[in-house]
Amino acid sequence: MHTVTSQSDQDLKDRFLAIRGCRHHFPLLRQRVNGKPLVYFDNAATSQKPQVVIDTLMRYYEEENSNIHRGVHYLSERATQAYEAARVKVQHFLNAAHHREIIFVRGTTEGINLVSSTYGPMKVGPGDEILISTMEHHSNIVPWQILCEKTGGVLRVIPINDAGEIILGEYEKLLTPRTKIVALTHVSNALGTINPVRKMIDLAHAQGIPVLIDGAQAVPHMKVDVRELDADFYTFSAHKMFGPTGVGILYGKTKLLDAMPPYQGGGDMIKSVTFEKTIYNDLPYKFEAGTPSIAGGIGLGAAIDYMNELDMAGVAAFEQELLSYATRLVGEIPGLRIIGTAREKAGVLSFVIEGIHPHDIGTILDDEGIAIRTGHHCAQPVMQRFGVPATARASFAFYNTKEEIDVFIGALRKVIEVLG
Amino acid sequence: MSALRELYQQVILDHNKSPRNYHPLVDPTRTVDGYNPLCGDHYKIYVKMDGDRIDDVSFTGTGCAISKASASVMSAMVKGKTREEVERIFNDFHALVTGSIDADKNLDRLGKLAAFSGVSEFPARVKCASLAWHTLHAALQGTGASVSTE
Ligand SMILES: Cc1ncc(COP(=O)(O)O)c(C=O)c1O
Repeated sequence: MHTVTSQSDQDLKDRFLAIRGCRHHFPLLRQRVNGKPLVYFDNAATSQKPQVVIDTLMRYYEEENSNIHRGVHYLSERATQAYEAARVKVQHFLNAAHHREIIFVRGTTEGINLVSSTYGPMKVGPGDEILISTMEHHSNIVPWQILCEKTGGVLRVIPINDAGEIILGEYEKLLTPRTKIVALTHVSNALGTINPVRKMIDLAHAQGIPVLIDGAQAVPHMKVDVRELDADFYTFSAHKMFGPTGVGILYGKTKLLDAMPPYQGGGDMIKSVTFEKTIYNDLPYKFEAGTPSIAGGIGLGAAIDYMNELDMAGVAAFEQELLSYATRLVGEIPGLRIIGTAREKAGVLSFVIEGIHPHDIGTILDDEGIAIRTGHHCAQPVMQRFGVPATARASFAFYNTKEEIDVFIGALRKVIEVLG
Repeated sequence: MSALRELYQQVILDHNKSPRNYHPLVDPTRTVDGYNPLCGDHYKIYVKMDGDRIDDVSFTGTGCAISKASASVMSAMVKGKTREEVERIFNDFHALVTGSIDADKNLDRLGKLAAFSGVSEFPARVKCASLAWHTLHAALQGTGASVSTE
């Protein structure tokens, strides 16, 4: 659990008050849905955007729009500068050693596919193993299956216990000379589990195995330092951390990225092209073919600026408070079972109610203006592990409140009234 | 709450709690799997044909109250019907859940289907209501061993 140590209760209260004051930065949250004030509890799917991010996107299109790395004219220079400045912001955000290690991609999904389709075939041959966990999102399963089909590699899966935690002893047993890469989620979107990735990376490195971390659910909630983690690859999506859709980041260590072949061919990723021979560009451009989401990249920079102004330790503590409050209250609802009870958990509350399908829960909550996700959360294997086809999931951000949780609990009681 | 009560009518709640024909069929002529990949709903529909007529029909699987009740009501309604008759009921059902016919004015024609009149107010749930029907349709047409709503 994230606790803020050596702080008085009063100090913590003041910090929480300051965090609550940030809610008004998010204009979307002011609306009503079905006549009720919106309660947005689907933050693990995508977060809302603060006004500064929205303004940045607007300003880009009103004042800067131009293609990057291509023109000598004023606007192209200005757009290129803003885009490259965003790359440097990401570098500092992750504490990466160099900005060439920051590759703009479409999102987490593309970050993983980039690695599986370039680094993968270099390393994985028949009988070689790729190690993932039971709680991966489909985007950290399917690309590796595709790689296995192409190369004859074998996918191995680290088991989890009934709380939804990785069984470290089993993980260690699965690390063998055949293991060529470990790909792990930092925080599970379906269960909320925060995995001990630092320790797991160390264990893999002890055997010379590189590790990719899916950070999609981690970056919005905690400070991530790729060098402290010693992650070989780290990938995330801007849209889950208060930035725009259509852009994400793949971080990779220079040594690995340099050795990898390009991902896609096209403009920007080359130094020179003739029909006989093409010379690829340097990092990071080697992996950035075509016109990217320029506005998106710049918007991600604005989201990082916004997060840098936040008290992230306070945010983590506040989200823990929301989670424990909600966990306690749902515990009083008859027939409700929480899926994912790890000791280290982010603000995700996945649950099922005896005899009521999650989809029906979602419809009744929606009628009360409450947005939650229902279904398998793109993590069908973890659903199978817990013997449920789907769950209902409330996921919190720092702009949520205890009052909203009270509304949510009232609506759950209504669900039971209608369908129980 | 009234739109919700319209959606979750007593007939639906009842069929959800005690679905009819909810078992595998021995000796089916065809079985087809229906999936809704968005929410993970999955039903298997079994049909036993006697010429052009459905001699028996059943289903297994899991999903929400709307999809399960729909499969259950459907199985009860189509038993003994010809392909053509089933097609007509399916068309009525589709028109009902997409809001292109008014349930109140067509109660005789719709029969038990009228219980699904509330679905049209919830566009996100039309696929739930239609899953079993699409699956049955595929079984009767003999097109493929599985259907998906996406
Ligand atoms: C843990 C995790 N990994 C990967 C993804 C995929 O992210 P995106 O759809 O932005 O590529 C998600 C998003 O749902 C996620 O929660």
